[in-house]
Amino acid sequence: MTKQHELMVTAGSLQECAAYMDAGASELLIGDACYGIRMPGYFSDSDIREAVRLGQARNVKVMMSMTNIMTNDMLRLLPDYILFLKDAGVHAVEYSDPSVLAAVKTYAPEIRLHWNGEMMSTNYATANYWGRKGASRVAAAKELSMDEILELKQHLEIEAQVQVHGMTNMYHSKRRLVESYMIHQGRPVKNGSLDKDRGLFLVEADRVQEKYPIFEDEHGTHIMSSDDICILEDLHLLLQAGIESFKIDGFMKPVSYNTAVIKAYRSAIDAYTADPGKYKFREEWLDMIRELQDPERELTFGFFYKEQVY
Amino acid sequence: MEEVLSKPIYRGKRVRLEKPELLAPAGNLEKLKFAIHYGADAVYIGGQKYGLRSNADNFTFEEMREGVEFAKKYGAKVFVATNIYVHNEDIDGIEQYLRSLNDAGISAIIAADPAIIEVAQRAVPLLEVHLSTQQSTLNWQAVKFWKDEGLPRVVLGREASLEEIAEIKNNVEIEIEAFIHGAMCSSISGRCVLSNHFTDRDSNRGGCCQSCRWKYDLFEDGRDREEESDMAMQPAALKPGITQLPLFEEEDHAFTMGSKDLCMLEHIPDLIEVGIDSFKIEGRMKSIHYVATVVNVYRQAIDAYFEDPDHYVLKPEWLDDLHKAANRPLNTGFFYDIPDHEDHIYEPEEKAAPYDFAGLVLEYDEATQTAVIQQRNFFKQGQEIEFFGPKGAFFKQTVHEMWDEEGQPLEAARHPLQRIRMKVDQPVAYFDMLRRKH
Ligand code: SF4
Repeated sequence: MTKQHELMVTAGSLQECAAYMDAGASELLIGDACYGIRMPGYFSDSDIREAVRLGQARNVKVMMSMTNIMTNDMLRLLPDYILFLKDAGVHAVEYSDPSVLAAVKTYAPEIRLHWNGEMMSTNYATANYWGRKGASRVAAAKELSMDEILELKQHLEIEAQVQVHGMTNMYHSKRRLVESYMIHQGRPVKNGSLDKDRGLFLVEADRVQEKYPIFEDEHGTHIMSSDDICILEDLHLLLQAGIESFKIDGFMKPVSYNTAVIKAYRSAIDAYTADPGKYKFREEWLDMIRELQDPERELTFGFFYKEQVY
Repeated sequence: MEEVLSKPIYRGKRVRLEKPELLAPAGNLEKLKFAIHYGADAVYIGGQKYGLRSNADNFTFEEMREGVEFAKKYGAKVFVATNIYVHNEDIDGIEQYLRSLNDAGISAIIAADPAIIEVAQRAVPLLEVHLSTQQSTLNWQAVKFWKDEGLPRVVLGREASLEEIAEIKNNVEIEIEAFIHGAMCSSISGRCVLSNHFTDRDSNRGGCCQSCRWKYDLFEDGRDREEESDMAMQPAALKPGITQLPLFEEEDHAFTMGSKDLCMLEHIPDLIEVGIDSFKIEGRMKSIHYVATVVNVYRQAIDAYFEDPDHYVLKPEWLDDLHKAANRPLNTGFFYDIPDHEDHIYEPEEKAAPYDFAGLVLEYDEATQTAVIQQRNFFKQGQEIEFFGPKGAFFKQTVHEMWDEEGQPLEAARHPLQRIRMKVDQPVAYFDMLRRKH
């Protein structure tokens, strides 16, 4: 028997949860408006309970993304919220700030902790450090290369999660940069919002073919990558390495697109699990994604095969 | 649940016995000496590895030793920034590097990554570990976590307000360090990989190329809503057949993420009363003139406050001095409120500082009232220059007679680092500086 590989997808609503489970997701990552960040939608308490119930019926684990950088204000409701998550039956909490780790250990030690330091999760020593503090999984930084991920995995004492598909965050500021710019120009934002549904993007003079989505919400300004990671062709490398969870970030994508992506990765994972020796990548999996891919956003290997200097 | 003290009590005066530490950047050995001579209680520097300024002229261990020796004479300390996010390949050398820092007499490292923190605590327990701002710590529970891990100091994220700092201080007994002056990432520290995407340089290992200060155009996707545009310009095609709505006009400034520099000089009492233990100045890449000037004015402000807190007033000449060494727009960051449109830079940036560092006083001879000056920038007879030194020493004079080392009269000081003897109107001392308006 080969090892179990999870397929994690971010979901923004109960409908998405259902659709993504149908398509083959085995882990759902959801978030609320205060502690979650850059999630496709935010879940109320009753929605969280319902999502867990839906998941349990199909043996799908529901996890909370709580990777926001916490302020004192956010701490006040944190214990009650953790107690609620325990009661709702949430399987795991993804954290970045140590205050979340501390609260989960104090109020709901039975909830699993996954460390997602965003740009910080760059090496195995730090991941293992968080493991000793109570984390059972690390979400690798999206800026790592394939070699780094494989080496990370070799030395890990906890599970590894790797984002294999979707856009990534390039920049997060607490400043209201778009609103400030509009006011500076003398054209304050009328009635419209500046959130992710507005379709705002930046273009840089030397890279006119690239559109970098930008939006503002209560957590500040976010700038996103102009390309979508797609590691499908080389998924077997990560499967061989024994990566426990593959994440599809469905952020800022239509449900139909995410559904196709999940199906494609599900096919690959199932084929590999059935017989790793005979596994072969099939172009038709990728075609399912290509068909629905935004023509202005390239599918790339992200940082997997990029040499970075400093 | 633990007791949470949330009242913003920072306005009330507290009894404080100790002055906060004034912590200055030192990009190289010379800057270290100036920073300390002009009043820094501690400096932070970068070594050859693990720091976030890969292109500053970082210290060798030999230079560190010399810097530590120099600092000792003033009772000052030297910290080393080891604040990268570690990658697998960086892990092996950590212990050796930290041992060398310890042997060089370094007092503390500033680290963000537990991969470095843990090694330091195990291998060199006498080397203090300060948690870097790269951990973006903004709440007291996180601060408490790091305290429980054995860290004596946390450098807060730059987004912390005075009110939040007060609450942290009220809940956790630990040294708090905060940036009070200088340029800042406009992003949450570490949460920016623009350089990685644009130029394949890892910003969290020192490769940042300031992409936040580049110029961008802001558009709205026009694919669904061409008719909704309220802009005068026609939708332009990014690629054939695809429309986008520009959210700017021809004469508008470009979009940018660049923020104004932080300056808390006018709010020293607030910083002291809230209990910040270390006032940190940014700028390892900045000039000697800048570092000496900025340290000098904050030193004076802090000392003046402690001499008589009730009658403390900001001296206008401190602000004037700051503006002589740098000409960048300033603001108060996140201390009072979330920055808005007035806190960002859209106009063309970085006009040169209005004053040049013209020379450095090496010696003073009382009998002849002359000084030996090391030339740092052109000046000539008849020009007005300013002398300044630590503790606010200051006077203006006209350049009168000058001689070179052989005693030959000089019209002008033309050569970099040339030793020049000149008449001075008032006594000066080694390390005093000359500046000239240009
Ligand atoms: S690009 Fe700007 S915000 Fe990003 S790391 Fe560099 S200085 Fe900081």
